[in-house]
Amino acid sequence: MSSFLQTLIDGVTVGGLYALIALGYTMVYGILKFINFAHSDIFTLGAWMTLTIAGWLGVQAGGGATGPAAWYVGVGVLVLTMVFVGVVGFVIERLAYRPLRQAPKLNVLITAIGVSLFLQNFGQLKFIFGTDPAPTPLLLPGVTLFSVGGVSIQLVDVAVIGTSLVLMLGMEVLIFRTRMGSAMRAVSFSTRNASLMGINVDKVISFTFVIGAMLAAAAGFLYTLKYPGQLKQTADGMWVMLGLKAFVAAVVGGIGNVRGAVLGGLLIGLIEYLSVAYLKSEYRDAYVFAILILVLLFRPEGILGRATVEKV
Amino acid sequence: MSSQPVSVKGSGGAGGAPLRMLWPFALALAVAAFMHFVVGPNFNGTVVQVLLFAGINITLAVSLTMVNGFTGQFSIGHAGFMAVGGYVAGGLVYYLSARFFDSPQIAFHGGILSAGADYRPDPDHPLPLLSRGDLIMIGSCLAGGLVAAGAGYVVGLPTLRLRGDYLAIVTLGFGEIVRVIFQGTGPQVLFTKAQEMRDTPLHQLAWKLGGAQGFNFIPIYATLFWVFLLASITVAAALRLKYSSPGRAMISIREDEVAAQAMGVNVTRYKVRAFVLASFFAGLAGALAALSIGQMNASAYGFIKSFDFIIMIVLGGMGSISGAVLAATVLTILPEALRQFDSYRMIAYALLLIIIMILRPQGLFGIREVWELGPVRRLLARAGRGGSAA
Repeated sequence: MSSFLQTLIDGVTVGGLYALIALGYTMVYGILKFINFAHSDIFTLGAWMTLTIAGWLGVQAGGGATGPAAWYVGVGVLVLTMVFVGVVGFVIERLAYRPLRQAPKLNVLITAIGVSLFLQNFGQLKFIFGTDPAPTPLLLPGVTLFSVGGVSIQLVDVAVIGTSLVLMLGMEVLIFRTRMGSAMRAVSFSTRNASLMGINVDKVISFTFVIGAMLAAAAGFLYTLKYPGQLKQTADGMWVMLGLKAFVAAVVGGIGNVRGAVLGGLLIGLIEYLSVAYLKSEYRDAYVFAILILVLLFRPEGILGRATVEKV
Repeated sequence: MSSQPVSVKGSGGAGGAPLRMLWPFALALAVAAFMHFVVGPNFNGTVVQVLLFAGINITLAVSLTMVNGFTGQFSIGHAGFMAVGGYVAGGLVYYLSARFFDSPQIAFHGGILSAGADYRPDPDHPLPLLSRGDLIMIGSCLAGGLVAAGAGYVVGLPTLRLRGDYLAIVTLGFGEIVRVIFQGTGPQVLFTKAQEMRDTPLHQLAWKLGGAQGFNFIPIYATLFWVFLLASITVAAALRLKYSSPGRAMISIREDEVAAQAMGVNVTRYKVRAFVLASFFAGLAGALAALSIGQMNASAYGFIKSFDFIIMIVLGGMGSISGAVLAATVLTILPEALRQFDSYRMIAYALLLIIIMILRPQGLFGIREVWELGPVRRLLARAGRGGSAA
């Protein structure tokens, strides 16, 4: 029972990470109708920038003699990482995707792959992050907050779940309660009509990319908290796989649907951890993709998505 | 566009003059023999290796053209079919030669067509043109292709009803599942363990494909001959398909699926046909890839690998076979040529990709073939007139 609860907690924590990344995928898909394959590399960039910025702020890897950093340093690192990666997201959209606004979807997709390859290999340069794994900074003490039924609730888990919850609620407010949010929903409904209604479509798209990149950066930050130890090089397949699962989460929840992304993220996280705990763990990736295929075959629009009817 | 059931056999039209049916094969044999006997011995091992990869990539790019280029269905699971072919053929060749040649050492048992570039003829022990090893190899490769085609049918039938991005996502998921399954197979029975090899029944050996460690020591049979034979046959098949009635039905689906359906084209059937055919050639190419590097590792066949082929066909021009051939060749050689720039070469490659997509979105040739382009056509016409006048 206690191991089951532990699995649930791990599943929800990772599900929160997936949900944050999935939000970026789903918002870009909702507006531009293309799969932004460079999004997982934005997430990677977030994790590596966390480490770099923490280094600038004097937080040592693994805590060192100074012990874990104060809580406001952690928040500072999170905010600075999100700002930096948000700027990168803006630049990528401006330089790589905007010139292709009228091009076929496949071209935009290939460009996204190009951007992804660029980010992976640029990060590997000696004067950027290098090819060696780097130790993560100790931003939180490894404290057990309390124990319930033999399960110890770690501060890290609470911090990760809490931060993702705050960000998701922020997204909910942003998209459904603000002018910018209704502009985003309008553009995703019909780009042409939105621009006829006086919405600056380019601005909305830029904004979407920046928000998506910031959420992915936050996920990268939370990843370094949840998995302290060694951060793998930017071109490692592990990053791509994490991003891909987040993408699966977006599709399962209903791509283009913000609430669906959160639901899908939690579902995929739970399914992954439960299947690893109770089924053959070598196939953990296969379970996730099997769920994806089943959902697509029986409900292609995803759990919360709306079916589109093609009109001639 | 008629909806008459027309057989799609890859090798081209049914009936008619047998000679007209056979000439692509004769041409493919000639190309393969030229590569093997003329080009191969004149270059060093590195160049030959790059040429082998180029041939394999041509096959994969052209086969992907049948799905992405002709029917316009976006598949990102091509490397999965390649992996299926590679594992089936690699496993069969490895375990069958261990059985048949009854020696723990799986030595090279091929004939002259499977002799690598460094082979020097020995007058005392001339190699036969084809030997027992070659027959095992050909059988295994065909089995790999057929299993991949079967997988293509199983994946394609339910999923090709999905449209656009959803199909892309399913094929991506399929490719990843294939990868995970092969990574979960049992440990390879090494040929140093002759007893274990003899005692394990074949159907159990079929599951011992090395798992995460990869499947190694596959006998290296693939030479320029086999690789370019396959590449030429694939190109010939794709060309004949493109200008045949089923091919035009496929292209009509790409242009407008609803209109094609209204004209009586059985949309799902043609999509599945293109998918199965492409999977078959991808399986064969995967088989030759395994037999050229001597090992299989499922982790190298994820969706990143599938992207390589998508990039090739988009750069060449969607639906252009000569474009796919050209792009596959260039994109195989280019990274090798840039190797001296080391860590900057992938950055340059990525930037090149983005810039080409922005500056020339239709790819090199668009849907047309190189001989259908305006300047080339005028050139050909002038040459033709000049020839007749002289």
